[in-house]
Amino acid sequence: MAAPPVLSITGLTKTYASGLQALKPVDLQISKGEIFALLGPNGAGKTTLISIVCGIVTPSGGKVLVDGCDIIEDYRGARQKIGLVPQELTTDAFETVLATVTFSRGLFGKAPNPAHIEKVLRSLSLWDKRNSKIMTLSGGMKRRVLIAKALSHEPEILFLDEPTAGVDVELRRDMWALVRELRDQGVTIILTTHYIEEAEEMADRVGVISKGELILVEDKTTLMQKLGKKQLTLNLQEPLEALPEGLSEWPLELAAEGHEIRYVFDANAERTGVPSLLRRLADLGIGFKDLNTTQSSLEDIFVSLVHEEGRAA
Amino acid sequence: MSFNGYGVWAIYRFEMARALRTVWQSIVTPVITTALYFVVFGSAIGSRMTEIDGTAYGAFIVPGLIMLSLFTQSIFNASFGIYFPKFTGTIYEMLSAPVSPLEIVLGYVGAAATKSVVLGLIILATAAFFVPLQILHPMAMLAMLVLIAVTFSLFGFIIGVWAQSFEQLQFIPMLIVTPLTFLGGSFYSIDMLPPVWRTITLFNPVVYLISGFRWTFFGQGDVSLVWSLVATGGFLLTCLGVIAWIFRTGYRLKT
Repeated sequence: MAAPPVLSITGLTKTYASGLQALKPVDLQISKGEIFALLGPNGAGKTTLISIVCGIVTPSGGKVLVDGCDIIEDYRGARQKIGLVPQELTTDAFETVLATVTFSRGLFGKAPNPAHIEKVLRSLSLWDKRNSKIMTLSGGMKRRVLIAKALSHEPEILFLDEPTAGVDVELRRDMWALVRELRDQGVTIILTTHYIEEAEEMADRVGVISKGELILVEDKTTLMQKLGKKQLTLNLQEPLEALPEGLSEWPLELAAEGHEIRYVFDANAERTGVPSLLRRLADLGIGFKDLNTTQSSLEDIFVSLVHEEGRAA
Repeated sequence: MSFNGYGVWAIYRFEMARALRTVWQSIVTPVITTALYFVVFGSAIGSRMTEIDGTAYGAFIVPGLIMLSLFTQSIFNASFGIYFPKFTGTIYEMLSAPVSPLEIVLGYVGAAATKSVVLGLIILATAAFFVPLQILHPMAMLAMLVLIAVTFSLFGFIIGVWAQSFEQLQFIPMLIVTPLTFLGGSFYSIDMLPPVWRTITLFNPVVYLISGFRWTFFGQGDVSLVWSLVATGGFLLTCLGVIAWIFRTGYRLKT
């Protein structure tokens, strides 16, 4: 990381009044112009982390610097640089699209700039709808309005909290295109998501958060290799009591009382070992009725990561 | 940036736009209500009432009527203005914006106070149709109107932050402010009460507000003008103190 961090989080903790510890000490540095994806199951602390940086939740401890501005002592400096697209579709109902986006720009202390507002609305295909009341828009359109509001004041850092949850394919593609365009303009983007596809498509780096702990921060390519594991399951015609000698080259597992053979392999590897395994089975006269392969899901990765954490502790 | 003027203006305009969308009900309702009060109290009952301190009854109730609307509308406008974003969740934007507590209050309370001052003037104009009105101290009257509108808008802002349901939002205006206003000499001089009740009434802060406002019309009130100003100023400072505390602790705004 050559660029200086545009976001620096040190020892950030949050314990809610209810006693729930939402964040254990979290440290994270994000470079300027980076696209960072924060992955994690529901309730892991993704939104809490974002909310603290944006000023919606008060931290219990630790320090956050946004481009050198402390989020508490110099909240104006910090917040001016940030645009936030929340997870929930929280919009006004009776205002027009143009009015609400113009409002956001003013609220963030920027002089009126109708040309910029028009550009933002056009880039989100909202220009034709600018005089519509927000409540008449579809869910996807409301999501676009929220993005337009966040971009109205030309932020340097954009937070997208679950940007594509419940969003149709077209909007998802538009959003990805927009994110790339923003990155080309030098905007740093931090997004949370459930979808590995999304992280794969967009992110430079990925962080995994679980139970308030940032358990992994890695380059996307490294993580993708870990996620590249696949499992092949063969349903046998006749159950086996034990795996024959001839199959000892593969790390196989016998399951379902000898009715299934399972083989975990690396889908990204040049040689997966699958074709040769199938040939060997044919040679040995072991027939199978059906076969399927499953990709290890993000959920599996979480589970194994969390288990590892548990063992290490 | 040491003062986010654009931010204040954005909030102010947003709040004013909300009123302008419902401009019909914002103006017609108070005009009709005022007209009704004058038909009932001014003409029907007032014709059988004697003058109070040399003022015809119909004219006497005008300051009290304006105050009644000013209190309830200031509270309603300001409390609804801050409660609604809390209810819908759009408050996230306010909390994440580079606006200081002072700027937020200026925007919301400024807009709420503007609306109720305009409303007060509309009621005054309506009243002038029904009764001959003379205002001895017009500048003092305007100043008092603004001061009380601001004070009760601040109070409304506090209620809006405190309320967690629409019922709670209505609770204080309905159960406390309206009774105190009715019992605070809106429609009578407290000299007309039996001595015991007169003493009890003096503990009602609203008496001092209405009395002070009435003084600007007729040159006399139930209590001395100084006490009226002290009561208004005291309430204003109390509200400012509570709001400062709200923002320092994040009470019901932030977790």
